[in-house]
Amino acid sequence: AAMELPPSHYPAARAAALATSYLCYRRGGPGRGLALRDVRRARRQDIDGVGHKYHLELVLEDVLDKDSTVNCTAEVLYHLGNKHIAPDVQFTIEGELKNTNEADNIFYNRIKSLEKELVAENIPDSHGNVSPELEPIHLLAWVASGYVIWQNSTENTKFQLAHVKHVKQVKRSDEYLEFDYTILLHEMVSQEIIPWQMTVLWHPRHGVRVTQASRQPKH
Amino acid sequence: MKILLVFSTLLAVTCSEQLFVGDQVLRITASDQEQLTLLRVLGEQEELQVDFWRHPTSPGHAADLWVPFSSLQPVKTFLESNSISYSIMIEDVQALLDEEKKTMTKSRRTERSTNTFDFASYHTIDEIYDWMDTLVNDHPNLVSKIQIGQSFENRSLYVLKFSTGGWNRSAIWLDTGIHAREWVTQAIGVWTANKIAKEYGQDPSVTAILDSMDIFLEIITNPDGFAFTHSSNRLWRKTRSINAGSHCVGVDPNRNWDAGFGGSGSSSNPCSETYRGPYAHSEREVKAIVDFISDHGNVKSVISIHSYSQMLLFPYGYKRAPAPHHQELNELAKKAVSDLAAMYGTKYTYGSIVDTIYIADGTTIDWAYDNGVKYSFTFELRDTGRYGFLLPSTQIIPTATETWPALLDIMIHVLEHPY
Repeated sequence: AAMELPPSHYPAARAAALATSYLCYRRGGPGRGLALRDVRRARRQDIDGVGHKYHLELVLEDVLDKDSTVNCTAEVLYHLGNKHIAPDVQFTIEGELKNTNEADNIFYNRIKSLEKELVAENIPDSHGNVSPELEPIHLLAWVASGYVIWQNSTENTKFQLAHVKHVKQVKRSDEYLEFDYTILLHEMVSQEIIPWQMTVLWHPRHGVRVTQASRQPKH
Repeated sequence: MKILLVFSTLLAVTCSEQLFVGDQVLRITASDQEQLTLLRVLGEQEELQVDFWRHPTSPGHAADLWVPFSSLQPVKTFLESNSISYSIMIEDVQALLDEEKKTMTKSRRTERSTNTFDFASYHTIDEIYDWMDTLVNDHPNLVSKIQIGQSFENRSLYVLKFSTGGWNRSAIWLDTGIHAREWVTQAIGVWTANKIAKEYGQDPSVTAILDSMDIFLEIITNPDGFAFTHSSNRLWRKTRSINAGSHCVGVDPNRNWDAGFGGSGSSSNPCSETYRGPYAHSEREVKAIVDFISDHGNVKSVISIHSYSQMLLFPYGYKRAPAPHHQELNELAKKAVSDLAAMYGTKYTYGSIVDTIYIADGTTIDWAYDNGVKYSFTFELRDTGRYGFLLPSTQIIPTATETWPALLDIMIHVLEHPY
């Protein structure tokens, strides 16, 4: 039996944020990011011996075009038990997402043709500025952080990417682009800022993949 | 040594000058160990008064040498006679300093009037404190500046008072920047102070409010933290007080109030971002407000402004039980966020702290509410996490513009519902 939850209260909000981070990781890229616009409906099901399952109806927006929104349903299962297992997330997006092939190819070719590996830091700066050339790098970090967020979320956490401290391109012989990121995540409930290192692979046709991620010590 | 002989014949008597007119910085590259040694010896000649800005470390790597005007001839002759290659990196150090000073003075001068203050960018503590003085100067019959105390590091805690007279009128309290890293809030504080001053006598609602009530606005509620976000760590949240027995600094000023102090909605660990402090009101920044509001005795509303999450919250945070005025506060919040959304479509959620965001003890508005201030609200401004604390400065004015009608809704309601 599923219990109806107020969409604006934190249990639904946290599950919705997690679902969005995961979904953004699966569908996003340097040319596309999806953010949570609204929680339409939320229900919770307590499954004995398994965990808590949230059923969500969400509205997502394209971060590069706020007027472009899409509906989505998602299920988030937080597992019971002391050993932390990443929550299970399933989602269905209604309708088509905007095609980003052109922007993706431009970015891909630009990076591929760089003589020296790209290195950048402090994105955004203190004033929230991101230079136009680094926008795709910032968006890629935001999308990839969805993986780290997904892997580390519980019903008592709500993560967002706070800052990209450093990013370094790693040249590859195959068709993928590889970036080594050091990011700061903001966890809302504890208000902590947590450094994380992640290795991110991307290809216009294969999407984003985080191949390695490790939490860093605070100082 | 031959080198010293060369110097003593070529050296002119130097008279020490305060300015750096004609001084140069030379970029020198030693090609081998022998030249490297010669360079080091050059640097050690006291009478030349040269100074390496970048030291010679190994052959092939450039060293930068500041040379006072009077030593230029002997130094260049020395380098040339030893075939050590160099180039002139800075031709006249004084000219460079003059240029820099001119640019800095120019940008400071343009901000001396409230009309030319750039509300669309983030400012330092000094810039904001200076601007507050110009606001008072521009509106002497409406705005005054009060000092309510000092921070841990002895910075002044300033509050702007908006008043058209009377004595101890009912008042509305607003604060921004209690959490240092929430930069959009201090920026909104400045914009809103300017807006209130501008609209008195123009906007009917602002005029009605200020004809009966006073408004107090503390823009930089946590100056030590704010200074730290500029100098060292942009993501610093807490105060900068030293914690006995710990290397970790700071107390969460929004967990330090005496309302449900010390429960699970705050931390006992000084290294935590939600550390409550050794006891309630331990922080000077918090105690100053507690004393001010208590002594005033006639504050009818406390609005504490934070970021981010896009929420409008009211008590309680420290307990699940609804506040006695839950329904009225909820209705008012609903109206305020609706008017906020009408501007640019920015969606806010609203409700009690404990329902909407998390359990939190010792918060500003819970203390205010439990001490008789019925209309106590917390805003969590833009955004919902895309930029978070690092909100682009281009969003300052839109955020301020959309939040203003929501603030007005609350202030008008306070005016129309005296208690």
